[in-house]
Amino acid sequence: MNLATLSASYLRARPLNTALSLLLLALGVGTIVLLLLAVSQLEERMTRDARGIDLVVGAKGSPMQLILSGIYHADAPTGNIPLAAAQELGKNRLVKKSMPLALGDGWKGYRIVGAGHEYLEHYGARLAAGRLWQKSMEVVLGSEVAARTRVGIGERFAGAHGVTGQGEEHGAAPYDVVGILAPSGSVLDRLVLTSIESVWQVHEEEHGPQDEEDRKALAEDREVTVVLLQYGSPLAAATLPRSINSQTEMQAASPAYETARLFRIVGVGVEALRAFAIVLIVAAALSVFIALYTALEERRYELAVMRTLGASPRRLFGLLMTEGVVLALVGALIGLALGHALTSLLGLWLETQQQHAVTGLDWRPEELWLVAVALGVGVIAALLPAWRAYRTDVSRTLARG
Amino acid sequence: MIAVRGLAHRYDSTAVLRLPEWKVAQGEHWLVLGPSGCGKTTLLHIVAGLIRPSEGAVAVSGTDLMKLDGAQLDRWRGSTIGIVLQALHLVKHLSVHDNLRIAQYLARAPQDDARIAETLAALGVGDKAARRPAELSEGERQRVAIARAVVNRPKLLLADEPTANLDDGAAAHAVELLLRQAERNGATLVVATHDARVKQKFDQRLDLSA
Repeated sequence: MNLATLSASYLRARPLNTALSLLLLALGVGTIVLLLLAVSQLEERMTRDARGIDLVVGAKGSPMQLILSGIYHADAPTGNIPLAAAQELGKNRLVKKSMPLALGDGWKGYRIVGAGHEYLEHYGARLAAGRLWQKSMEVVLGSEVAARTRVGIGERFAGAHGVTGQGEEHGAAPYDVVGILAPSGSVLDRLVLTSIESVWQVHEEEHGPQDEEDRKALAEDREVTVVLLQYGSPLAAATLPRSINSQTEMQAASPAYETARLFRIVGVGVEALRAFAIVLIVAAALSVFIALYTALEERRYELAVMRTLGASPRRLFGLLMTEGVVLALVGALIGLALGHALTSLLGLWLETQQQHAVTGLDWRPEELWLVAVALGVGVIAALLPAWRAYRTDVSRTLARG
Repeated sequence: MIAVRGLAHRYDSTAVLRLPEWKVAQGEHWLVLGPSGCGKTTLLHIVAGLIRPSEGAVAVSGTDLMKLDGAQLDRWRGSTIGIVLQALHLVKHLSVHDNLRIAQYLARAPQDDARIAETLAALGVGDKAARRPAELSEGERQRVAIARAVVNRPKLLLADEPTANLDDGAAAHAVELLLRQAERNGATLVVATHDARVKQKFDQRLDLSA
């Protein structure tokens, strides 16, 4: 027997009060853990996907939409830009790396992205099986796409119009799967990758039989959807976006600026939830306080008897403090478990939406702080009841009954 | 065992209780008699170190209680005194076994399951160890309260109105138990009561009614 087992035994004997305090604290802590995990993982993934990309150039429209579709493949593209203009950008001496992408088709909810091999190199992608595309109509599947669709090397499929692949099928031009990527934790995991020429070919064959002249005309009108640029010089940040936006029919958007803007917008909701969680934790503190304080009247004999058995006032103080701390600790641990479970559920749901997945198996150092805060809450809530227990007048209490 | 002299206790600014000189030898069993409010409980609490008298000298088992500070007094009480209260006040959320164990724990005595079992058995409630106090009869609860008071082998066993609310048979039995347990554990017994039924069991009496 010690203070901890004695406290635990008392708390077990009052299941309703104990459960209420634990529930409030666990909900508060769990909500904060959920926010912590989801927001930090989302930020991390978005930062990772945008790493090394300083500017996205595409058709005019909403800059955020351009970023979402061009880097994260999470929104509809703003439109197309002429291939010639894209190639021109690549030759600019302020640009170190340029990666044109052709978007617009999808397959089973995954986007088909026409790109050069340098796009895969940019994310450090490795092949898990097969090889990269060499000629038109060969595709490489991202790891998640391959795992979910169970399509392997050597199989063929037809893409469909529209980024979600729910539009009209391009049945005349099926793709050959030649490779599968190893998981990279980047946006590539959820993409079907092919050459830009494949995307052109799919759309040009829609136009039926063509003679040499048609082909030439089509080739001159060739377009890409976006170009991802990496600056070669700090000067580029100051001049390039402005010159593109003012002097061309294209628009340039900065991923850093747009994602910051996105998080500011999302941040309002996150802050509201966080405030709600803090209210829950304060309610938990009150619940612990009320549970311990109101029980004092009923426990005054129990406490007085402990004094007759040799307990010092300090020990009674310690007993009540331990009760507060045990409640807080157990509540916080349940809260941590709850937070991770909720994050896992959110992750499962997001996966069905083919969005950036979050995982509850991740762990953040901030969670230790959360436990510390919960313990602080327990200590504060128990202080006054513990002080009253410390001040128990044994003789008067016993003389009364 | 007990030596008190010139005791006076002030409850508040006006009411003052004066207590007579009193000496108890080791192994004697005493009755402190008197009607309610005559100071029996106060005397018991003073001897147990639960209250400090305003004036006077108290020595129990060779210790001058006036010289101990609060924490020393608590420690001394845990190791020297066993107390049976009128309302028993067993700890409700603990089993019978743990009600004895908490006495060992709070007195900083070794937590000795064999001693607990032996003490409960000696009081005829050995089979109730796993029960909660609420599951016992009043008589069984009283036995457990006595067991809790003697589990640490106190030198001095104090009982405050142990027979109030008991019928004649039960009252006689309770006093019997206290005497037997005091003998068994080598303790000096002091019973404070206004109950005239238990008088004949004790040779030594301190009458506070005068």
